[in-house]
Amino acid sequence: MALAAPTPEPLASLQTREVRRGDRIFRGMTLGSGLLILGIIVAIAVFLVWKAIPAFRVAGLHFLTEKTWFPDATPAKFGVAALAFGTVLSSIIALVLVVPVAIGAALTLTELAPSRLGTIGGYVVDVLAAVPSVVYGLWGVYFLVPRLVPMQRWLDHHAGFIPLFQSRNDTFGRSVFAASVVLAIMVLPIVAAISREVFRQVPQANREAALALGATRWETIRIAVLPPSRSGVIGAVMLGLGRALGETIAVALVLAASFNVNLHVFEPGGNTIAANIATKFGEAGILGREALIASGLVLFVITLAVNMVARAVVYRTTRIAEGKV
Amino acid sequence: MIALTAPVALQRPSLSRAQLGMVGAGAIGLTAVLFAVAPFQGVLDFLLVAYLMYLAAQTGVSYVVEGSRSAKNRLALTLVVSALFLALVPLVAVLSYTVQRGLEAISPGFFTHSMSGVGPLENAGGAYHAIIGTVEQVLIASIISIPVGLLAAIYIVEYGRGALAYWVRFFVDVMTGLPSIVAGLFIFAFWVLGLHKGFSGFAAGMALAILMLPIVVRASEEMLKLVPDDLREASYALGVPRWRTILSVVLPSASAGLTTGIILAVARVTGETAPLLLTAFGFDAIRTNPFSGPQSGLPLFVFTQAGSAFAVAINRAWAGALTLIAIVLLLTVIARLLTRRNRLA
Repeated sequence: MALAAPTPEPLASLQTREVRRGDRIFRGMTLGSGLLILGIIVAIAVFLVWKAIPAFRVAGLHFLTEKTWFPDATPAKFGVAALAFGTVLSSIIALVLVVPVAIGAALTLTELAPSRLGTIGGYVVDVLAAVPSVVYGLWGVYFLVPRLVPMQRWLDHHAGFIPLFQSRNDTFGRSVFAASVVLAIMVLPIVAAISREVFRQVPQANREAALALGATRWETIRIAVLPPSRSGVIGAVMLGLGRALGETIAVALVLAASFNVNLHVFEPGGNTIAANIATKFGEAGILGREALIASGLVLFVITLAVNMVARAVVYRTTRIAEGKV
Repeated sequence: MIALTAPVALQRPSLSRAQLGMVGAGAIGLTAVLFAVAPFQGVLDFLLVAYLMYLAAQTGVSYVVEGSRSAKNRLALTLVVSALFLALVPLVAVLSYTVQRGLEAISPGFFTHSMSGVGPLENAGGAYHAIIGTVEQVLIASIISIPVGLLAAIYIVEYGRGALAYWVRFFVDVMTGLPSIVAGLFIFAFWVLGLHKGFSGFAAGMALAILMLPIVVRASEEMLKLVPDDLREASYALGVPRWRTILSVVLPSASAGLTTGIILAVARVTGETAPLLLTAFGFDAIRTNPFSGPQSGLPLFVFTQAGSAFAVAINRAWAGALTLIAIVLLLTVIARLLTRRNRLA
């Protein structure tokens, strides 16, 4: 005779329901945090636009063409032309200086150095990235700027026919070039670290195949490591660009601010959007602050675009390397 | 019978380390002679000329002895390795110069006095008020961003599927590149202007939280990914629900790595100056309440002192910079030491 087994069903379903509720709540919390991050990006855009509208109304289209910055004068006269020029120019010079060094350093760490040295390289990159920008700025003003002058003077005397190297009044110092060198030092860690990750993704078999064909170490790097890493390194450089465009305090300390569009980067002067916000904020009036927010919006849009493209490029390469595409 | 021919050399001769050393010594010697007769001077110039000489001599000798491919190889590898050393130069220069200037300027009074009532030419005052501000602001930033960042990382690793998780991850990455001044401007537009709350340490804490959030998410995400699936499956097999598995199995096994990531994030935002300028604004006296009124912060203190024309203020800036670097490096070293105890990495 079959015993009527007590059905455990109610208990089980009760438990499942409770478990499911716990899971739902927890999952909801994690999802909420993820959405909060998307929300912050949207909120940044919304609030900057909202608070910048009065400044845009006053300046109109001149905001993009005007070079000077007198938002609190009557009539107010201000625009981002000189600032945007200085921002882009200093960042590009910084990249020209830093890219060969960063790629060389990353190649040394992945291709040539024993792996223990690679770990120490990781520490060093961490430390370089952790030094606050205000310290770089202070060091830039009191250590770097005076030490760059002889080199600039030499270039001015011997290659002054190139406008980039010419200083028309024979003064050097707190120039766009000096700011670019500081920027280069500051973006070095990020470019080197990401390039290193990209080189690491290259399958060991590529290198072994090249070496087996009798290639030298350099030929191996050139034919087996660099080509598949190309777009990843481009992404790394663009991330460095994003960092350089937005750097504020170091540039604000190093530059002797002036509002002009000038390719003579050895001459003191020049300014960037971010540095201008830092130096002008304290003394700005109501419209002055709104104008600074408007310039910040321009910076936000530029860096967001650069970062999104850079990330998309890096994503694509790493996903190809992981075999997901 | 087969006639034996002389064996063909399969390998060209290659330069030994000693021979390369001789090339190097020759380059230095030649540079020294050059500097003795020509109007050159300076240690840096000497090093640069000697380096270029060595590059040329090494390439030339290698070309003659080893052939063109090897010469190219030696030249390229020397340049690549030089890049690493060149990258180390600014690190050494920044740290040593800051320590040197900072030690000259720092005094015990620096940590026990504020800038309240200090005249522009007085060799007095300190960063006590700024250190209080920084501790409070970073604490507020941590309280906001650590839970949110951890939860978001859990979403990405444990729950996230499909397009939404991809976009969250993508924008976290994009957010790591957000200029710190923009984070400050946002809090200024939203909190100070929009909600009329005024400048405060809390506003600065929120701005720092925005900068800290993506760093926490990225670091936690990497760590959670390292937790082996076996652990999760073992927990499920015992009937433990998913959320309990995450809280009591996944997080504890990743705890060392998570702590490392969080400490590095704290170190990173402790040095941020630009957002403080727009949110805490700066204040010369001690203000312990972060919720009302402007406050100072250590990086902001360094920035304002550095902008002064007077030597006493510049000295205070160096003392502040040394303090800041000491805090940040200490945090970085602690984080690295914890990595050693990380069983997953």
